[in-house]
Amino acid sequence: MTTAELTQRGSLPNPDVGKYEDVNRDVLKVLSRPGKGWWILFSMAAAGVGLFLTSWFYQIYRGIGVSGLNAPVGWGVYITTFVFWVGIAHSGTLISAILFLFRAPWRQAIYRASEAMTVFAVMTAGLFPLIHVGRVWHAYWLVPYPNARFLWPNFRSPLVWDVFAITTYFTVSAVFFYLGTIPDLAAARDHARGLRKKFYQIISLGWRGTDREWHHFSKAYIYLAALATPLVLSVHSVVSWDFAMAIVPGWHTTIFAPYFVAGAIFSGVALVITLAVPMRKFFGLEDYLTVKHFEAMAKLCMLTSAIVLYAYLTEYFLAWYSGEPPERGSFWNRVFGHYWWANWIMLTCNGLVPLMLWVRRVRRSIAALFVISIFINIGMWFERFVIIVTSLSHEYEPWAWGLYRPSVVEMGILIGSFAWFGFWFLLFTRLLPPVAIAEMKEVIPPPRRGRVKEGAT
Amino acid sequence: MIGAKRRRGHQGVFALFKHLDSTVEACKALRAAGHKGFRAYAPLPEHELLEEGLALTHSPVRVFTLAGGLTGAATGFAFTSWTSMDWPLVTGGKPILSIPAYVIIAFECAILFGALSTVIGLFVNAGLPNLRPLVAYHPECSNGSFGVYVTAPPARIGEARKILAGFDPDELREEPEGFDV
Repeated sequence: MTTAELTQRGSLPNPDVGKYEDVNRDVLKVLSRPGKGWWILFSMAAAGVGLFLTSWFYQIYRGIGVSGLNAPVGWGVYITTFVFWVGIAHSGTLISAILFLFRAPWRQAIYRASEAMTVFAVMTAGLFPLIHVGRVWHAYWLVPYPNARFLWPNFRSPLVWDVFAITTYFTVSAVFFYLGTIPDLAAARDHARGLRKKFYQIISLGWRGTDREWHHFSKAYIYLAALATPLVLSVHSVVSWDFAMAIVPGWHTTIFAPYFVAGAIFSGVALVITLAVPMRKFFGLEDYLTVKHFEAMAKLCMLTSAIVLYAYLTEYFLAWYSGEPPERGSFWNRVFGHYWWANWIMLTCNGLVPLMLWVRRVRRSIAALFVISIFINIGMWFERFVIIVTSLSHEYEPWAWGLYRPSVVEMGILIGSFAWFGFWFLLFTRLLPPVAIAEMKEVIPPPRRGRVKEGAT
Repeated sequence: MIGAKRRRGHQGVFALFKHLDSTVEACKALRAAGHKGFRAYAPLPEHELLEEGLALTHSPVRVFTLAGGLTGAATGFAFTSWTSMDWPLVTGGKPILSIPAYVIIAFECAILFGALSTVIGLFVNAGLPNLRPLVAYHPECSNGSFGVYVTAPPARIGEARKILAGFDPDELREEPEGFDV
């Protein structure tokens, strides 16, 4: 395949990037001294982390009563945000593992950033169960160990499955992410000087790119991708069973697992777009993250948005068709009850706004995609809010209904969680190569002395 | 840091190539001449080099993946079943051994153990982490060039050098000592 054909297919970044050295030059340039803009963003993120910690410490000091949680609404902003961040994590593994196995030609440029996003999103999500339990010093009760009477946890409980799913997901995605960066860290090591060189020397584990290393590395990478693929589908299914296994009207349904997985990929890809747009601009990666990449991600959003919208409508239909008064009441309450606005934000942001993506001009406009992706992020947060809070506020008996209003502390922690995520992501863009150097080289035709072999790429 | 592992009585020669096809041909020629102690360096996992040039086929990493996955699944089942039977307590009218629920734990453990043992398999087979100083290495090998490093006894090093020189390397460097890389 010629360079022109590869560019056409969208696997090659740009005709300007024709040589292996170009990739090293353009990507390692990002790791140089950060500019003013980065420092401003970084100090904003650090301030947000301060807000996060202050709110959390205040809650630890005063007790969980400073949140708006009550009976019957015992799950509120914390669990909503937990599910939101777990969902965000999914696109990274989708792009790095599933699209790797499918040999999607556009994943190379974007996968490192989205994989980093996965790891940081799980790191953020993982804090929320700790925040939510209130007495954080008892958080180790989540870990399966026998209590003082040698009674083990109940493995029939979806909450225990969740502990296994999330810890496995964090471990595997962190390992997958780190393993993929090792050859690029070696490239950074060979390029850097001084203290930075020492840093990369240590974390590149002495990688030299020998045949033996590459041979086992590429095999190990395939097996890890093959393991991560079912894992990513299982994680959000397990999260959905936290709800679906309970008999709360609005939760107890079999469509939850595929519905949650599609929603997770939807929100995750949207956040990749939100982050990739400024990244390509500030770091001059326009040659790598091209309109083709954004269009491919927009198509993923189109597909998953359609699945999510279909799931919403199926839920309404099933509630009506079931003939169960509590089930019907729960969904009537969602659309016209106290939290009607949350439901309509969800439907507008996740169902209506993404319809614009069906127009090719919109899919190819980076500014439009950036705006739509922010709408999707907001909509997907509200989707979890609708599922969790409105369902709990309106269960079976009218005298057990109740309302929930997030407190200032909860809002502080919600906003702070974005800062915490941004903090790590900003550090990532300066310390690790944000575009996979070795993998980009795989789509560039190798330098040859002789004639290009027939059929070789 | 640990010192680089020397190969007693051996010498080394390192060649840096700009082109993939010359690297592949050089490796083939070295193999044809009966050289075994040589390594190729590349900035990417180039299949032509690995498969044609060095005839690398199967990697034992897959055995690690399989063994880890099976161990994980077995551990998950054993752990959940044993703890349920250790203190039989009926909850929600469900059987003490609730196999469908335990499949989820077993599945997660299979993935976790499988992934970790894949990494162990990679580290064991590829010799990582390699904390020895970089000897017989060229920083261009992580950038845009390929490299070949041969170690041989002094009697055969001249031949290796001649083979490498025949493929028009950018740089040809002799080292008085041979290293295990």
